[in-house]
Amino acid sequence: MTEMATLPSLAPLTVELLLAVGAMVLLMFGVFTGERSAPTITGIAVALLAVAVLMLAVMDNNGLTFDGAFIMDPFARFMKILTLIGSGVAIAMSVGYARAEKFERFEYPILIVLATLGMLMMISANDMISLYLGLELQSLALYVVAAIHRDSVRSTEAGLKYFVLGALASGILLYGISLVYGFTGQTGYDAIVAALAEGRSTGLVIGLVFVLAGLAFKISAVPFHMWTPDVYEGAPTPVTAFFAAAPKLAAMALIIRVVIGAFEPVTADWQQVIAFVAIASMVLGAFAAIGQTNIKRLMAYSSIGHMGFALVGLAAGSKVGIQGVMVYLVIYLAMTLGAFACILAMRRHDQMVEDIDALAGLSRTQPLVAFCLAAILFSLAGIPPLAGFFAKYYVFLAAIEKGLYVLAVIGVIASVVGAFYYLRIVKIMYFDEPDGEFDPMPMELSAVLGISGVFVIGFLVFAAPIIAAAGAAAASLF
Amino acid sequence: MYSAIVFLPLLGAIIAGAISLFTARPQNGVNGHDGNDDHHGDEHAEVAGSVRAAEWITSGFLIVTAILSWIAFFDVGYGTSEAFTVPVATWIHSGSFVADWALRIDTLTVVMLVVVTTVSAIVHVYSVGYMSHDPHRPRFFAYLSLFTFAMLMLVTANNLLQMFFGWEGVGLCSYLLIGFWFHRPSANAAAIKAFIVNRVGDFGFALGIFGVFFLFGSIGLDTIFANAEAIAGSEEATLHIFGRDYSAEAALTVVCLLLFLGAMGKSAQVPLHTWLPDAMEGPTPVSALIHAATMVTAGVFMVARLSPIFELSHTALLVVTIIGAMTAFLTATIGLVQNDIKRVIAYSTCSQLGYMFVALGLGAYSIAIFHLFTHAFFKALLFLGSGSVIHAVSDEQDMRKMGGLRRHIPITYALMVIGTISLIGFPLTAGFYSKDGIIEAAFVGHNAAAGFAFVLLVVAAVFTSFYSWRLIFMTFHGKPRATADVMEHVHESPQVMLVPLYVLAAGALFAGFVFFGVFMGEGYDAFWKDALFIGAENEILEEIHHVPAWVKAAPVVALALGFLVALWFYILSPATPKALAARHDGLYRFLLNKWYFDELYDVIFVNPAKALGRFLWKKGDGWLIDGFGPDGVSARVIDITNRVVKLQTGYVYHYAFAMLIGVAALVSWMMFAG
Amino acid sequence: MILKPLFFYLFSLLTIGSALMVIASRNPVHSVLFLILAFFNSAGLFILLGAEFLAMILVVVYVGAVAVLFLFVVMMLDVDFVELRQGFLQYLPVGALVGIILLAELIAVLGGTLLAPDLAGSGAAPIPPVDQMSNIAAIGALLYTKYVYFFQAAGMVLLVAMIGAIVLTLRHKEGVKRQDVSAQVARSPETAVEVVKVETGEGI
Repeated sequence: MTEMATLPSLAPLTVELLLAVGAMVLLMFGVFTGERSAPTITGIAVALLAVAVLMLAVMDNNGLTFDGAFIMDPFARFMKILTLIGSGVAIAMSVGYARAEKFERFEYPILIVLATLGMLMMISANDMISLYLGLELQSLALYVVAAIHRDSVRSTEAGLKYFVLGALASGILLYGISLVYGFTGQTGYDAIVAALAEGRSTGLVIGLVFVLAGLAFKISAVPFHMWTPDVYEGAPTPVTAFFAAAPKLAAMALIIRVVIGAFEPVTADWQQVIAFVAIASMVLGAFAAIGQTNIKRLMAYSSIGHMGFALVGLAAGSKVGIQGVMVYLVIYLAMTLGAFACILAMRRHDQMVEDIDALAGLSRTQPLVAFCLAAILFSLAGIPPLAGFFAKYYVFLAAIEKGLYVLAVIGVIASVVGAFYYLRIVKIMYFDEPDGEFDPMPMELSAVLGISGVFVIGFLVFAAPIIAAAGAAAASLF
Repeated sequence: MYSAIVFLPLLGAIIAGAISLFTARPQNGVNGHDGNDDHHGDEHAEVAGSVRAAEWITSGFLIVTAILSWIAFFDVGYGTSEAFTVPVATWIHSGSFVADWALRIDTLTVVMLVVVTTVSAIVHVYSVGYMSHDPHRPRFFAYLSLFTFAMLMLVTANNLLQMFFGWEGVGLCSYLLIGFWFHRPSANAAAIKAFIVNRVGDFGFALGIFGVFFLFGSIGLDTIFANAEAIAGSEEATLHIFGRDYSAEAALTVVCLLLFLGAMGKSAQVPLHTWLPDAMEGPTPVSALIHAATMVTAGVFMVARLSPIFELSHTALLVVTIIGAMTAFLTATIGLVQNDIKRVIAYSTCSQLGYMFVALGLGAYSIAIFHLFTHAFFKALLFLGSGSVIHAVSDEQDMRKMGGLRRHIPITYALMVIGTISLIGFPLTAGFYSKDGIIEAAFVGHNAAAGFAFVLLVVAAVFTSFYSWRLIFMTFHGKPRATADVMEHVHESPQVMLVPLYVLAAGALFAGFVFFGVFMGEGYDAFWKDALFIGAENEILEEIHHVPAWVKAAPVVALALGFLVALWFYILSPATPKALAARHDGLYRFLLNKWYFDELYDVIFVNPAKALGRFLWKKGDGWLIDGFGPDGVSARVIDITNRVVKLQTGYVYHYAFAMLIGVAALVSWMMFAG
Repeated sequence: MILKPLFFYLFSLLTIGSALMVIASRNPVHSVLFLILAFFNSAGLFILLGAEFLAMILVVVYVGAVAVLFLFVVMMLDVDFVELRQGFLQYLPVGALVGIILLAELIAVLGGTLLAPDLAGSGAAPIPPVDQMSNIAAIGALLYTKYVYFFQAAGMVLLVAMIGAIVLTLRHKEGVKRQDVSAQVARSPETAVEVVKVETGEGI
């Protein structure tokens, strides 16, 4: 009873440790220097995330540690890099906004770093408990940043709604985890797979449904999406940009690892759930967005729809499907960040405007911005040869290969319907009379928009290494 | 040299077209500013300069082309060289189907080259004067040159597809030029009418080409000519249409009739003649070039070109004769009572084309081509002369408002008289030789319809003489019926318009005399070589030299008769025509309304087609396809959207409830379906 | 050993019953009290499982701290639950329908299937007998070795919760006097006391 337990290898979670320690140091720094240190802390936080990306890119620390609770593999590496980029850009894009809207709070970048830490833990989770803890760490930080503009009723409301519904989703998830535990006696993914090898029981499938329902909330898949439009609209715009990018990727990675890693023997069951959720998301995302006048709400429905498309690849359940999802997420990240760079630049007389009609005549007042945004919107609509087309192409291809024709056909129809509202914005930008100019675009937003635009337009040039990396990452799951 | 002849006009068209595009914008700007800034004058001068450039480039190219054509004419026609082809480019190679761009040069081609390029060059020059007040001249000249190019492609075609290309090209240019003044509704209507009526013929032509390919396995003219007799002689059934088998001869007849349908459309033969009079909505030079001298003769050319296969089908030739004779007579009767100066000439054109088809139908291809050749001169002269008249009387075209112009514009008067006597076939003029040839051919022809044709042609000759002199008398003689204001402004046309007329007048007077021998006389074989095919038993050219004297005299008598009646009606006793018209009111109206062809077509084709179109538009497209297609779908999408948006109430417990419903639904599904 | 199942069912039924009453009672104070009752019964269930430490912690932390805090808040805020419940009946039928369907399904599935008796606890660490090692020591031995990652992660979650609470609620109001302990301690008599010589009859 008194033998010394050896410390498990910490190498696989080097990056997580870096972020955790970095966040705490920054917190201390912020607490002792006060609000005026906010810009410094923002800068350091971005640098921290950038260092994390570099470390992930160069380190070779694959492995399983903590009794199999934490895993580092090419899939995790790929998704973590994406997530870190999403978070880092989101923090960087908040600088101008924070200055203009007078909410320079040093806790904001720290909370995002902590949320990112949670995401990394989610991506590497190989045990139901680490899954839940990572998810809660991320979610809790997100609830707070949604409400961080605490003097704004809308922001507070958004945070509260997100919190209440998120708690419900966590409850559903926990209930599912407890059912799974009850029917397999295990929490580790590998152990669950081993237990499932003996046969499938209905109770376990019910548990699986609850787990997936809880996780679907995090990627705002229909019918667990209801919070998304309200929270997107209510939260401060940089926060919305953050919500739309990194957490979605992490949650999607989490779902992929759960269904492939822990529930591989009952693939036929979760495929049905994923397919249903995918169809519902694609269709609702396409239809509901048409009725929106607020661009942030529109982006909310857009992200719902895109998650649906990405789930199509997952529903295929094959290596090609996972690869398709990952490529989709890369492109989704680029398009979302670019679009939000434009939305963040929609300022008139130092006031944010969020009405779609405010974009009228942008092609004449800011032709370059309008061109980039138009390219991104065309890409979101999935028009070749822009990136968004290839994203959809790969997931649909995977679905067709697996014989999921209905799913693919509905996906194509939804993407046609969805094209309408993207093209409507292009029409407003290019053919409507301008009713005023926006303030000049801050440098960091121009940079994000430019990179995103180049990526979207020239995707074919960058495609090969990304697709190869996604393929290798997907292969590591099987 | 041949490539230059064909492609110089295209080059001119492209240059003029480019100028037209570039000058269109500044002109609008000038109009918009209404010229109160200093740049106005410069801009205007610049525009005028480029317009002038367009005029002279196209006209210059055409004159060069015309000179080259005459050289080619003497080279090929009077030389000893065989027919040859000039390859230009490969076009279509698909299986056994081959169609390449190539120029086929033989006597028939060079005759047509001469006609087309000479008249075209003259019309170009004439237009410089005639169109001098129109701001869109570059466009006009671009169209004219483009037309010339298409027409040259047509006459030099070495295969039927290339001919069809030229055929459609001239149709397009005809459409563009008839509708040149596109702001006039009547011009647009006439342009559309010409295009659509031609489409009927072109459809037949296209089917004919398909038939030729089916029968011969090729659309190259050489292959067709080489195999024509072999095919006709074969016993087995070769064509299979609508469940019936046709023998080789019947198949050839069908093909020939289909091809002839194309010729009828293009050459305005009854019953597809209605578009030609309406085509007079275009500028007068266009009428002279396209609707008198060149394009409308394309049908005649095509039948002559394909004489090797027409010659093998007696039925087809019979049909050609009957249609030609009927057209010659019918349109001549209509011409008797028309009041629009250009329409009279237009009907005369239809009538003369009828003469040519009679000649073709009787196997006298060379006479038909000879008449085509002479007709081009005097008809162009008449049109351009009438253009000169119209120009003089401030764009008035109604002959009832003219009269007494003889003293004011004596040169035009003289030229018009030359054109008229040539048209009616006054001895020794150009028309005399060719027209008499046709009438004599009709007399001696072995065709079943030859007698019928002979009678109709002689009567038509009387009518031709009558309405031609009627035109002269109403326009130039008698008392002026125009307003004093107009009469004051009556003036002779500038030299740039008159010089071309002199050239044409020379042609109208002497072309027959000079070329009679080679076209249809003793020089026949040396001139035509193998360009025209004559069947073994066809000796019509020999026989026309041995007709009775009264037949030879008939046309002269006919023209004298027509002249005398016209003299009586319009000079000596001007009241008579009115009385006559009143007495035979029904007949008069029948003729004045052009035998009610247009009305008949309206009832039979146009109105049902419009009704069907309206039905398909309103019900088929608007209600069915739009309603259930784009409009319906978008409306449903909006409905769904509104419903979905309503779901988003903003209440947390609704959201939570939706999540629980989702979980419950998924659980139920997995329990009962999974 | 009939006693153990008897108590299990007693505690379970009471837990469910009081949980129902938490949402059903009209008076919010009653609701909180029922919540405390539910906690006590849960603690009883823990004891039946042999996890005395967890049971005690539940009572101390949840009943002693959290629930009492709740009680204070509820009483201070004076939440009008009757108003909040308006519209409750409106949604009751459809809500009840969904709830009953879900409940029926879960009972059908879970009731018909034993919760894998042979697998139960197979992934859990064994609870050592009390005479060998105390409950606290056993948890500690596990928590700081095998589950150290979870422990630390939970710590991060709590850190975020704390930051969040501060970020969203703490306001530095101007003009409020605050105690500065170090300043107080660092005061010397020279700065604290001023000796003033007062002339008689003059006042200060």
